[in-house]
Amino acid sequence: MASVLIDIRKLEKTYPLGGGMLKGRSRIVRAVDGIDLTVMEGETLGLVGESGCGKSTLARLLMRLEKPDGGEIVFRGRDISSLSPEEMKTYRRRVQMIFQDPYSSLNPRKTALGIIREPLDIHRIAGRKQNRETAAELMTRVGLSGEQAGRYPHEFSGGQRQRIGIARALTLRPQLVIADEPVSALDASIQAQILNLLKDLKKDFGLTYLFISHDLNVIRHVSDRIAVMYLGRIVELAEKDDLYRKPFHPYTRMLLAAMPSCDPGRSGQTVTIRGEAAKSDEEGCNFKNRCAYRIDMCDRVAPQLKAISERSRCACHRAGEI
Amino acid sequence: MSRKTGHLLDIQNLKTVFETVRGNIRAVDGVSLTLNAGETLGVVGESGCGKTMLALSVMRLIPANGRIAEGSILFNGEDLLSLDEDAMRARRGRDIAMIFQEPMTSLNPVLRIGDQVAEAIRLHRRVSSAEALEMSVRLLEEVGIAEPARRVRDYPHQLSGGMRQRVMIAMAMSCRPQLLLADEPTTALDVTIQAQILNLITELTEKNNMAVILITHDLGVVAETAQKVAVMYAGKVVETADVEKLFRRPLHPYTRGLIESRPAGCSVGADGGSEYLKTIPGAVPSLYDLPPGCRFSDRCNRAQDRCRLAEPQLREEEESHGVSCFFPVKNDR
Repeated sequence: MASVLIDIRKLEKTYPLGGGMLKGRSRIVRAVDGIDLTVMEGETLGLVGESGCGKSTLARLLMRLEKPDGGEIVFRGRDISSLSPEEMKTYRRRVQMIFQDPYSSLNPRKTALGIIREPLDIHRIAGRKQNRETAAELMTRVGLSGEQAGRYPHEFSGGQRQRIGIARALTLRPQLVIADEPVSALDASIQAQILNLLKDLKKDFGLTYLFISHDLNVIRHVSDRIAVMYLGRIVELAEKDDLYRKPFHPYTRMLLAAMPSCDPGRSGQTVTIRGEAAKSDEEGCNFKNRCAYRIDMCDRVAPQLKAISERSRCACHRAGEI
Repeated sequence: MSRKTGHLLDIQNLKTVFETVRGNIRAVDGVSLTLNAGETLGVVGESGCGKTMLALSVMRLIPANGRIAEGSILFNGEDLLSLDEDAMRARRGRDIAMIFQEPMTSLNPVLRIGDQVAEAIRLHRRVSSAEALEMSVRLLEEVGIAEPARRVRDYPHQLSGGMRQRVMIAMAMSCRPQLLLADEPTTALDVTIQAQILNLITELTEKNNMAVILITHDLGVVAETAQKVAVMYAGKVVETADVEKLFRRPLHPYTRGLIESRPAGCSVGADGGSEYLKTIPGAVPSLYDLPPGCRFSDRCNRAQDRCRLAEPQLREEEESHGVSCFFPVKNDR
């Protein structure tokens, strides 16, 4: 039985919205609105949702690039807000990130090898010579050649740049890698290469992935379990196969219906796709305005994520009956 | 209707070239395509394959350092390339309209959306501004914007991305064009919004018997929306077919590679795969440095000596199924 690597409890993050001092008290947006989620050691947990659902904010909280407004993040039994500066440094080595845009996430004034080596130097993992060798090894491991070591980011294609970003994330031998839309900016024929590379590296380095994407096909391919996020909350959490075979939440069903498939003969959508994700200050379920199954209770009470079958959890008052 | 061919749009051997400091490139290199009223043609390819330049060539809106060097673009039998600028401007927006990927940058941020739609109407029709504004309310309603009478007073930044794209579509539809060029119209949108916009385009196409060229990198979007497909690679069309044929029996190794490398949903025996994806090795070649012979040869596992020496031409391998490959994939999927 795998152990819990990271345990997210009632995590909250709010941002002020517009307003400013001339308009009096500003409203707030609950980017992460009470999330409970565990990531098991060695798994790939897929996190899927549309823009503005809070998935990148969640990643930033896990990276400790932002401090939460409530709740806690427990990494291997320790709340990370209670770590000493020295322990925090260790945490940052254990949790690394791969970004969506391989153009803006690499320092244009450093060489490929320099970018990959930098984390080793910062954390003083070894001497400069040793660090350079380690970085060079990683570079070949992600499919770049040694002669490319001295080149700058602009000399690489998008796929190669993403390989540099991946190598940089692995230099410190992390346990958890947060991949935030790592293939979304890449061309179709390159996506598959990068997804295969991530799979290989997971095996070789014993990694755990939190894989964030808006693309249900990509998420389906990489994940063991999938969490569906909508406006700051997890609305469904299930094993991969269960989620695609028997989605419980109306939003999950809408997402699946909206996903273009490569089957031109596919019969018309059976699920109505309507409305847009819009945050409101209203009480109750965030999804109610787009939901075909809305009842009175949805207006008053926000549904909690609860077990709906042996392996699936869903935050919907009518889960199971609809 | 067309005098010569009977097609609404008939592009023959179109070559669009660019002069740059690094040398001259052919962004569109001998493309031939036909399209009939009511049809949707999906043009799919990766970045840099020339699909956007193809659309801009039809609109005659290519950037200043580019020019159309060869070929013809017959629209209703009339060669758009022979028109003077005034005549072309009269057709742009009226007979041929275009929508773009990023609706925010295509709309004027300091004008109310109603005025922008009205402006598009008044460019081609003699109506008063009050009448044009009234028409724009009806157009916004037609593209599914709630409370259009109130929304015409909104500025672009007050709308969501999906709403902005609806406004762009309303502007494009204002003169009931016969041909709509849609360049990645849903790429910047969320998947549930994408589905709504694609449904809207399909609906409007059927209602107005309009032809659409839908440019996209997403095979799934093509499968759901288009009847015919052209696959582009490095400036050339490498395969054309009906959408069912293309997905069931892709003949070009590149097309097959694209379809099979898609995670889940697409690959043969889609299993939601725990296994490795099939890949196309390497990357798209630079237009400055194309390989000799077939442009796909250095990435192709079927390539033989012949492919590196001569360039295959697009030919009809099977009925209404064109492919430019010496050794097309024959076995059934």
